[in-house]
Amino acid sequence: MSAVAADAPVAQPFEIVPRKGLPIVALVLVGVVVAIARDARWGLVFCHVVGGGLWTAIDLFVGFVIGPILRSMPPPARVEFSKRFMPKMLLVLPTIVTMTLAAGFQLARQDGFLDTSNPRHAWVVVSFCVVGVMAVVALAYLGPANVAVLFELRKPQPDPRVVQKLMQRFVYTTGITGVMQIATLVIMTRLVS
Amino acid sequence: MTESLVDRKLPPVTEIGAAAMVAVAVGVIFNAAYLPKHAPTAVAVAILIVAAALETTNLFLVSRIQDFAWARFKQVAGWFLVAYAVIAGMIEYAFIYDDTRGTQLVILTLMLVLFMLNVPVLAAFTVARYERV
Repeated sequence: MSAVAADAPVAQPFEIVPRKGLPIVALVLVGVVVAIARDARWGLVFCHVVGGGLWTAIDLFVGFVIGPILRSMPPPARVEFSKRFMPKMLLVLPTIVTMTLAAGFQLARQDGFLDTSNPRHAWVVVSFCVVGVMAVVALAYLGPANVAVLFELRKPQPDPRVVQKLMQRFVYTTGITGVMQIATLVIMTRLVS
Repeated sequence: MTESLVDRKLPPVTEIGAAAMVAVAVGVIFNAAYLPKHAPTAVAVAILIVAAALETTNLFLVSRIQDFAWARFKQVAGWFLVAYAVIAGMIEYAFIYDDTRGTQLVILTLMLVLFMLNVPVLAAFTVARYERV
């Protein structure tokens, strides 16, 4: 069995959930609820397009640009980057995902895509499946790993093996997320064309 | 020198939780694909029972773990529950707003409850398994 070095560098405390960002999250969620309650077309389109664009761009950028750069950096630099980057992602991603899906569902209802007789209904069901796959990956593997890494990095002496094992989940799921995001782009452009 | 918690053998809570999540996702997609009409109730209920059974198994397995960081587990699960109650509440609001009624609303609500309970368990377990007691 391997071991953790007792003389490892001491970690500095940091916020796992950036509290300063919570009012912004609340504001966005209230905005989504108001857009749904008023059936405001522009508000729904704004939430869906802005949220969806950010979600896809962040997923692809983090997975295929930031990820490989991070893996080539020395471990202490990786740790420092993760301590600053991951707490923000903990707020940003669930917020834009909720914003995108809630507004998207209402738009699909408004446009009649939810009706089984609509010729584009199949595309909506395929998009549900894509979101389902991403939800399982994000909620069962990535989200918990993200939080666990942050708790580990906050310890006086983080275990590098724990951090490495948890970070492997990001590497393994990058391909799945990338394929699903590209599928989303195809489905969404097919729906509106 | 202290032993790494990576090598600790624990029940497959993440895998079972992911399977429950798949069942919930399939159930919600199955029901949502039929909106605004009603999906066949028997199939939807069967999926619901599978998801509930998997989550119950998970709770049982977690409850039997010895020398576990329960304080951390409860802390993380509690905050995740608050966050996902808000998200599930928003989804439920959308279902009601869109005139989803009767058996379909009951099934979708129960699936949302399972979703809301599953995510905190998965997150809390992943954090607590690497905490020393």
